[in-house]
Amino acid sequence: MLRQIEGSQAVARVVAACRPEVVCAYPITPQTHIVEAIGAMVKSGELPGCRFINVESEFSALSVAIGASATGARAYTATASQGLLFMMEALYNAAGLGLPIVMTLANRAVGAPINIWNDHSDAMAARDAGWIQLFARSNQEAADLHAQAFRLAEEVSLPVMVCMDGFILTHAFERVDVATREQIEAFLPPFEPRQVLDPAAPVSIGAMVGPEAFEEVRYLAHARHLDALGVIESVAEEFAEVVGRKSGGLVAPYRTQDAELVVIALGSVLGTIHEVVDEARDRGLRVGALGVTTFRPFPLEAVRDALAGDARLVVLEKAFSSGFGGVLSTDIAMALGGATARLSTVVGGLGGRAITETSLRRVVDDALEGRLGRLEFLDLDRAAVERELAHMAGDRRSGPIAENVLRAIGAGTAGIAGRRA
Amino acid sequence: MNELPFAISLEVGSSLANRTGSWRVERPRYLDRMPPCNDACPAGENVQRWLYLAEEGDYERAWRVLVEDNPMPAIMGRVCYRPCETACNRGQLDEAVGINAVERFLGDLAIERGWRLPEPAPDSGARVLVVGAGPGGLSATYHLRRLGHTVRLVEASSALGGMMRYGIPKYRLPRAALDAEVARITEMGVDVELGTPVRDLAGAMRAGGFDAAVLAVGAQLAHRAYIAAADSARVLDAVSLLRSMEGEEPPALGRRVVVYGGGDTAMDAARTARRLGATDAIVVYRRTREKMPAHDVEVEEAAEEGVVMKWLSTITQMEKGRLVLEKMALDEHGFPQPTGELEVLQADSVVLALGQDADLSLVGGLEDVVVRHGALEVGDDLMTGHPGVFGVGDATSAERTVTTAIGQGKAAARAAHAWLSGVPLERPTRHELATFELLNTWYYDDAPKTMRRRLEPARRTGTFDEVAVGLDESDALFEARRCLSCGNCFECDNCFGVCPDNAVIKLGTGRRYEFDFDYCKGCGICLQECPCGAIVMEPEEI
Amino acid sequence: MSGQPVRFFQVGSFAAGNRLLPPELRSVQSDATRANALTSGHRACQGCGEALGARYVLDTAMRATQGRLIAVNATGCLEVFTTPYPQTSWRVPWLHSLFANAASVATGVASALEAQGRSDVRVLAQAGDGGTVDIGFAALSGLFERNDDVLYVCYDNQAYMNTGVQRSGATPPAARTATTEAVGPEPGNPFGQGKNLPLIAMAHGIPYVATATVADLHDLEAKVFKAMSIHGARYLHVLVPCPLGWGSAPAATIELARLAKETGLFAVFESEHGELTASSPIRRPVPVEAYLRPQTRYRHLFDDAGEVGRPDVVARLQAMADANIARFDLLGGER
Repeated sequence: MLRQIEGSQAVARVVAACRPEVVCAYPITPQTHIVEAIGAMVKSGELPGCRFINVESEFSALSVAIGASATGARAYTATASQGLLFMMEALYNAAGLGLPIVMTLANRAVGAPINIWNDHSDAMAARDAGWIQLFARSNQEAADLHAQAFRLAEEVSLPVMVCMDGFILTHAFERVDVATREQIEAFLPPFEPRQVLDPAAPVSIGAMVGPEAFEEVRYLAHARHLDALGVIESVAEEFAEVVGRKSGGLVAPYRTQDAELVVIALGSVLGTIHEVVDEARDRGLRVGALGVTTFRPFPLEAVRDALAGDARLVVLEKAFSSGFGGVLSTDIAMALGGATARLSTVVGGLGGRAITETSLRRVVDDALEGRLGRLEFLDLDRAAVERELAHMAGDRRSGPIAENVLRAIGAGTAGIAGRRA
Repeated sequence: MNELPFAISLEVGSSLANRTGSWRVERPRYLDRMPPCNDACPAGENVQRWLYLAEEGDYERAWRVLVEDNPMPAIMGRVCYRPCETACNRGQLDEAVGINAVERFLGDLAIERGWRLPEPAPDSGARVLVVGAGPGGLSATYHLRRLGHTVRLVEASSALGGMMRYGIPKYRLPRAALDAEVARITEMGVDVELGTPVRDLAGAMRAGGFDAAVLAVGAQLAHRAYIAAADSARVLDAVSLLRSMEGEEPPALGRRVVVYGGGDTAMDAARTARRLGATDAIVVYRRTREKMPAHDVEVEEAAEEGVVMKWLSTITQMEKGRLVLEKMALDEHGFPQPTGELEVLQADSVVLALGQDADLSLVGGLEDVVVRHGALEVGDDLMTGHPGVFGVGDATSAERTVTTAIGQGKAAARAAHAWLSGVPLERPTRHELATFELLNTWYYDDAPKTMRRRLEPARRTGTFDEVAVGLDESDALFEARRCLSCGNCFECDNCFGVCPDNAVIKLGTGRRYEFDFDYCKGCGICLQECPCGAIVMEPEEI
Repeated sequence: MSGQPVRFFQVGSFAAGNRLLPPELRSVQSDATRANALTSGHRACQGCGEALGARYVLDTAMRATQGRLIAVNATGCLEVFTTPYPQTSWRVPWLHSLFANAASVATGVASALEAQGRSDVRVLAQAGDGGTVDIGFAALSGLFERNDDVLYVCYDNQAYMNTGVQRSGATPPAARTATTEAVGPEPGNPFGQGKNLPLIAMAHGIPYVATATVADLHDLEAKVFKAMSIHGARYLHVLVPCPLGWGSAPAATIELARLAKETGLFAVFESEHGELTASSPIRRPVPVEAYLRPQTRYRHLFDDAGEVGRPDVVARLQAMADANIARFDLLGGER
C-alpha cells in the first residue's frame, strides 16, 4: 500500500506484519520511532501474540531477543550507535549461537565526541560480529529488507542487521509501498527454529568450545555466510515475485555499463550519487554507481562482476578506520584482487555532515581528471585542522581535540548544536 | 531434534561419558561399625538392630532380633543395670537412649501377644546337662535347645529362675514377667528337674549319658563377717532375707533395721525392709558413696524410699537392740582405715549383705576342674579344665549380674555346640567401635529422653508393686527413634543426597547404597555428612 | 519452614531422607527417581558446593514443574564445568549466552513462552555471585522491576572462582582472594558496606525472595517449591562453599555452609513482596571463629597454632554476625 510515511513507521509496519513474538526496546536516537510504533501496536491489541519488553539497556534488549529466539520465538529489536556497542558482546553471542534475530540499526556516529547524527561507524564496528548486514538505500528498501531479513535469518540461522541511515531515512517522510500482511504471509513462512529450548526434547545450547573445535565452529559460520549470499539473491527474487518490486540483493549497479568512473557506497547516499551520476551522464561523462546492499557476507564475486573493466573507482564511506582509511574500500579492493591504483577512498558525511551534490560533483570531476588522492576527506575544514595540528605540534599534550577544533573554528558546542537543530 | 548445530549445542546427559572417578585419590567405603550399646551389652544383644526395627514400629521383628541373643527381654528390661545406656553416644548429645525401657516394652508386648521363641533346630543327638536354672542356666538351655541339643535342666530349688526369683525383690521384677519368660523357654522342650541339687557332676553326667554340661549354680552362700555379737542380737543375711520373701511367712525385722554392706543386694535388703514395715532402714558401709559397688539407680531409688546411708562406718559390735559403729577414714590409697571414733546405733535387727560364694562341691569328682577364690576357672570359651564342662554366671569370676549370666549362657551354649560338633569355636570379628567422634550429630532431631515413670515413693514402701512403670507404645516408639544408629547405616539418604557427583546409587529400601566409582571423585562429603559414621575413606590404589 | 507438625522421626527433617517418613514428605534429593538435572561426569572440583546447589535447585524445580522447565545460565564455573564441548551434564533444556545477561535471556525465554501460550513451562535463571551482584546486576534489577516470570537463582561462593578466585561484590570482609591478598596492614578484602543482594531484591518488592544454603536441603527444596508456586520475579540466593576459593577441605563443603548459617554470618530468611516473612533460627550457636578457622582464605587471622592472631578483625566479623542475628531474629524470638 503506497503511502506518504515516515521511514521508521514503514519499517514498524513491515516488522509487525512479519508477526514477531518478542520485541525488545531500549530507547536510543534515532531508532526510537520504530519500537515506539511497534509498542503501540502491541498495546492496542493490533499485534496479538507479541510481547513487547521494555528493557534497561541495549545489552539486555539483545539478550532478551537471544532468549526468545532460542525458545523458538521470532524476535526483533532495534538500536543505534552507542547502543550497538553496548550490546556488542551479545551481538557476537547471537551470531555464534546462530539465532535468527532481526535488528534494525539506525546508523549513527559513535562517540566520543557524542553525536546523534548519521554515519556508518556503528555498523563498521560490528562488521566482524558474525551478523548479516544489509544496507538500505531508501525507506522503500528499508521496509522491504526487514521482511526479507526475517526470511533470510530463519533460512540460514544467522541474525540479520538491517542498516538504515539515522534521520536521513528513519525520520524522512517519503512515499513507501508498505508490503501488506497478506503479501508477507505469502512470502514469509512460519519460523521453524534449527534448535529450540523445549522440555520435550532438551538440549544444551551454548557450550564452551576449546581449541579442538573452535576454528571449525568459525569455519562453519563462514560457510553459512557464504551460503547466505545465494539465499539473499533468491529471497530478493521471491520477494519481487510476491510483492512485485525488486529490493535487496547483493549489489545494486547503476549505469555502470561502459563507465569510466564508478562511485561505490552503502546506504542512502546512493540516492544523491545517482543524481550526480545522471547529471554527469548528461554532461557526457561516463560515470556509474554501485550500491553494496549486502555488506556481510561480502559479495566478492558480485562486486567483481559489477566492476569488471578498468574504470576508476571512488568509494564514498561514512566511516573509516583511524590510522588506516576506508573500510569498504578494503573489501572492494579485495574483490578486485588486491590494492589497486584505480581506487580512491573519500570519507564523508561523518557525524551527520551533509553530503551535497555539489561536493560529489567535485569528487567526480577530480576523479576523472586524476586529481583525487588515495584517501580524501569530503568538505574537510582544512584551515581548522591545520591550526590544531600546528597547535598540537607546538604543545604536545593530551586533551579533547574536539574542543580545540571547535575553538579553532570559532564555535562553541552549543552554537553548532543550535545550528543543526 | 534432528541435527544440532556443531559444538555449540550438545545432547543432554552426554557427560556420562566422562568418568570423573579417575580423579580420585581416596575412595569411600561403607562399613558397619560396632555401636557402643552392642559393644557394652554383656548379653551380646544387637541393640542397635532391634531398635532400628522398633523405630519402624515393627515390634515383633525387633523382638525376634532381640531374642536371638537374649530370650528374656521382659526380665532384662527390668533388672539390667544398662551398661548399654552408659555407653550410648546419645548421652554425649543430650541423654542416653532409654534402651532398657524399650526392651521391657518389647518383652511385655511379646508376653501380651504370646509371641513364641523360634523353633529348635533338628535334634543333634547330643545331650547336655545344665545345672542351675538361674539366668545363666536358662540362657544356656535356650541356646542349646535352639541348636538342636537335648537339654536336661536340673535345679535345686523348687522353682525356676535362680537369683531372679530368690534374690531380686518383686518390686523390681514382678513374678508374672519372670514366670512367663521362663515358661517360654521350657516350652521349647526342656527336661526340667526341680528340687534336685546335683552333688556329683561326674556321676550325674555318667548316669544321664550327657555329652556336655553347663554349670550355672550361682552363688548363694552368704559371706559372714567376724563381728562380736551377743547371742541376743537379731542378725540375718541378705540372701536368706530375700529368699525368704518367696516363702509363705515374711521374716520379722522390727522397726529399726540396719543393713551392712554396699552392694545391690544391700540396697535390695534395705528396700525390702522398708516394705516389710521398718520405719528406719539404715545402710552401713565402710567406704564412701563413690566407692560403693551398688548401681546408682538402686541407691537413688533406695534413698527416695527413705533408706538412710551411713558412710565410712563399720560395725564393731552387735547386741540386742543396739550396735556399735566405728568411724572410718580413707587413706591415700582410698582404703578405709579405723579412726577409733565410736558411735552407738539403735537397731532391732542387722542384715548382712557382704557378698556371696558359690557352692562348687559338685565338681569335687572332676580333678581337672579348677576352683580358684571360690569361683570356677574357665577359659575364653567358658570351658572348665574338664572337656565338655562349661561354667557360667556367678559361679565363675564374672560380674554378678543377670545380664552377664545371660550372655555367658549364650556363649557357653555356642562353645558347647562347637565342642560337641567337633569344630573350632568361631568368633565373629568385632567391628571397630563407632565412637561419638565418628558421628555427625547435626542430623539428629533434638529430643531429650522420655523419662521412665516410676511409682510415687510414698506408695512404694507399703507395697511390693513394681516401681518402674513401662512405656506406652508411643513413648517406646519415640525412645527407639532417639537411637543414633551408631556405625550402622539406617538409610537416611544423606550420602545419596549430598554427593556433588551423583556417584551414590540408592539400592532401595533395606538394601542401602553403593558407590559409583565411575564418577566418585573422592571428595568425602558423604563421610563427613553421614550421621552415623558408616563410611570410611581409604587411599585409592593408583 | 515447611510447616509440618512437629513429630519426631530420628533424623527429623535434617537428613536428606528418612525411611520413617511417608515418601511424599521426604526430600526430592532422597528420591532415587529424582531428575538429576545436573548429572555425573561434570568437571566441578571435588566437593563443589555449586554443583550440589544447582542439582538441589533444579531437581526440585523439575519436580515442581513436572519436568517442564527451561534453564538459563550465566557464564561462570557452573557453565564451564557442565558444558565443555563435546559433553554436557545437563538434562534439562539449557541455554548459556553470556556472563552478564542471564536475567535478560531468561526474560526472553519467558516472554517467548508467554507469546506462544505455553504457560506450563517455567523458566529458571542461574548464575554465580559475580554474574549476579556485579556484572549481571543491571539486567537482574530490570527483571525484578518488570516482575518477569523467572526464578533467578544465585549460587554465591563469594568470589570469582572460575577465573582464579578474584574478589567480587559478594566477597566478605577479610577474605583473601587473588585480588585482595592477605598482605599489608589490612589483609584480605577490606571492610566495606557490603552488597546484600537479597535485601536489594526485596527493595524491588518482588513476590518472593529467599536465602538458603546447601547445608539445609529441606529448607532449600521448600523454598524452590514455594518459588515455583508463584508467578513473577523470584530470587533465591544460595550459599555454596567453594573448596578451591575458600581453601577448605572438599569434604567440609556442607559443614561450612552450616557454620555460615549457625554463626549468623549468613542469614537464612524468606520475604514476600518486600516484607520479611520468616527466618531460620540458629540451632547450635557458634562463634565466627569456628567458621573462619577451617578456611585458608582467613588464615591470616590466626597464628600458626591456630589461635586468633587478629582479634580486632575477628571481632568485626563477629559484630557482623551479631548484627545479622539481631536484624533477622536468628536466635528465634518467636519460634
